[in-house]
Amino acid sequence: MEKVKLTINSIPLEVNKGTTLLEAAKKAGINIPTLCHHPDLVPTGNCRLCVVEQKGIPYLLASCTTQASEGMEIETNSPKVRESRKTVLELLLAEHGGNCISCHASGKCQLQSLSQEYFVQKGNLTDIACEETEIDDSSWSIVKDDSKCIRCMRCVRTCSELMGVGAIAGAHKGSEKGVETVVDKEMLCTVCINCGQCVNRCPTGALQEKRYINEVWEAINDPDKIVVVQTAPAVRVGLGEDLGLPAGEIVTGKMAAALKKLGFDVVLDTNFSADLTIMEEGHELLSRLGTALRDKGKAYFPMFTSCCPAWIKFAEHEYPEFLENISTCKSPQQMLGAMIKTYFAEKKKIDPSKIVSVSIMPCTAKKFEAGRPEMQSSGFQDVDYVLTTRELAHMIRQAGIKFEDLEEGTFDSPMGEGTGAALIFGATGGVMEAAIRTAYEVVTGRPVPFDNLNITPLRGTEGIRAASIKIEDPKPEFAFLDGVELNVAIVHGLANVRKVFEDIKAGVSPYHLIEVMACPNGCIGGGGQPTPTSPEIRKKRTAAIYEGEMKLPKRKSHENEEVQALYREFLKEPLGHKSHEYLHTSYKKRT
Amino acid sequence: MTKEVVDAAVAEYGTERTNLLPVLHRVSEEKHWLSEDDLTQIAKAFSLPAAEVHSVASFYSLLSVKPVGKYVIRVCRTISCHMNGKAAVMDALKKILDIELGETTQDNQFTLLETNCMGWCEAAPAMLINDTVHTNLTPEKVRDIISDYKNKRGS
Repeated sequence: MEKVKLTINSIPLEVNKGTTLLEAAKKAGINIPTLCHHPDLVPTGNCRLCVVEQKGIPYLLASCTTQASEGMEIETNSPKVRESRKTVLELLLAEHGGNCISCHASGKCQLQSLSQEYFVQKGNLTDIACEETEIDDSSWSIVKDDSKCIRCMRCVRTCSELMGVGAIAGAHKGSEKGVETVVDKEMLCTVCINCGQCVNRCPTGALQEKRYINEVWEAINDPDKIVVVQTAPAVRVGLGEDLGLPAGEIVTGKMAAALKKLGFDVVLDTNFSADLTIMEEGHELLSRLGTALRDKGKAYFPMFTSCCPAWIKFAEHEYPEFLENISTCKSPQQMLGAMIKTYFAEKKKIDPSKIVSVSIMPCTAKKFEAGRPEMQSSGFQDVDYVLTTRELAHMIRQAGIKFEDLEEGTFDSPMGEGTGAALIFGATGGVMEAAIRTAYEVVTGRPVPFDNLNITPLRGTEGIRAASIKIEDPKPEFAFLDGVELNVAIVHGLANVRKVFEDIKAGVSPYHLIEVMACPNGCIGGGGQPTPTSPEIRKKRTAAIYEGEMKLPKRKSHENEEVQALYREFLKEPLGHKSHEYLHTSYKKRT
Repeated sequence: MTKEVVDAAVAEYGTERTNLLPVLHRVSEEKHWLSEDDLTQIAKAFSLPAAEVHSVASFYSLLSVKPVGKYVIRVCRTISCHMNGKAAVMDALKKILDIELGETTQDNQFTLLETNCMGWCEAAPAMLINDTVHTNLTPEKVRDIISDYKNKRGS
């Protein structure tokens, strides 16, 4: 690799050719402020906050887009640089509406913290903020407040570069420029998949999740209601970050304890229904394989996983001709929701109409999923309110709970048990690994032939990963699978799924099962997780998931005793009559 | 109607990304403005997100993503025209058409807008009606011009 030598603030540096000044400065331990830059996105250099001075050049350079070159002498904190950054901030503030005190982003807002850093305040320039801007709160997941937008275009780049959706784009020009949906229509009526990745990357409060905290407090404080809560696998490796802990700490016990302290009557685990999902989805895959290979009938392949509601909505918009390929299994959130108001209510002799079912998710799309009209199989709305990891952290702060000092708590029973296979649902490839651990064992009677059950070929950060597992010596009832090479693929970062579909449409896709998670690195990188987000932070959360799973006594979904009891007492068998009634769903074409 | 117009424009120019602007232009010529339906159909043809097509269309002053009349009047708002009696011309237009700036007449014939400098400073004040420039305007002259356009409708 060709190297270049330069100095930054008189520190001599040698960096690879192609390194930007921003990256070089970071190496030298120097922080350059940015607003439009984000480690997940292609740099555009439009906010001009990261400017630096190069000796011998009269103008300033945007460090995020300028590559280091031989002999450069860079100053990142000269009077000229500071003055320029201050002006940029003053200009942004002059057209930035809203009030920090009432803004949900306060404390996390990068415009706010940089303004404080540079002693810039609103009013230094004539205020031209448009306070009449209508807030779009039509979406069940995301609230868009254009008055706070600084047009850094991080959301737009996220939506197209990472997610391949393009629900929003920069519209108009000059003073009228803004981030708009097509013809600026309400978010609810667009192709937005509610993933919330834009929310995770918005440097101000222009994009926020829709909050249901007050509704949940109201339910908790209502003596007539029994408030049941469930927590998704990825929440426990993100929650700590919003409560003062470093990234990569798994806080399962403290989280369960905090939920009890907040006043939830019953604390259940979505990991339980992740195991349940594996039972249903694994058997669905085997049933499809049986139809195709044994009965020589028509079965739809590749089969896609269905845990991710953002992916589901994307498929409904973009690939309606492939909806039969998606597993009919509801997501773990919705499976547990349906079981809480039926099986659990029956077992505990609770009137299901008195249950308020709350779920804590790393995800904003789950808010939309819970409101889908199909999700009322219990006779009620199966899940009443969905809170993000961030909202739960907010409630914990509101309640004055000292999270770090909490004793480890436990989940309630039944439906509080989860195996390691369920925990890894939180990371990309986890659903696939869990499914294969169970399906392989159902078919052959033997555990998967991998060290410690760790199917490492399925893990990693590549946007599309593929693996094959050969089935040998199956049980007699699965003789049709003898010698079959099961081809699977894993996709995360929804933009990557378009490439997979090119092959499927061309008829050259070799896969039987494809796991799709919309968000980068899976649910641990979900749109409801604490901010900031970056590849490094998500790597730490992923590591926490896999380390956490190694410590669990059971690591195969079919060994979950409470799941076994649920089948014995209520559902009878996977894909049975009751399963179809409560645990499976259908999809619809959307325009 | 949208589909036929879009199909014809796409057939003429193709669906390479670089042909988006010519297609937007052609559809705009036929329909005066680009509706959500137009933008969505074009997006589908180009395999682009509809929001991106809206992004391109809304960037250009001469493409409209809001309903406009058959004749779009754009009065120059820049300094030379302003100093040469643009205000009186604008007042006359508002009075004759009985609309405010930014509005469209009830019969959907005229929309009144402003534009930045068109380079006709030596013949100020100037205005554009669709693709035709009208210069050295006075309130009287404006009255005649609008009458001509109104009569065109009948012919």
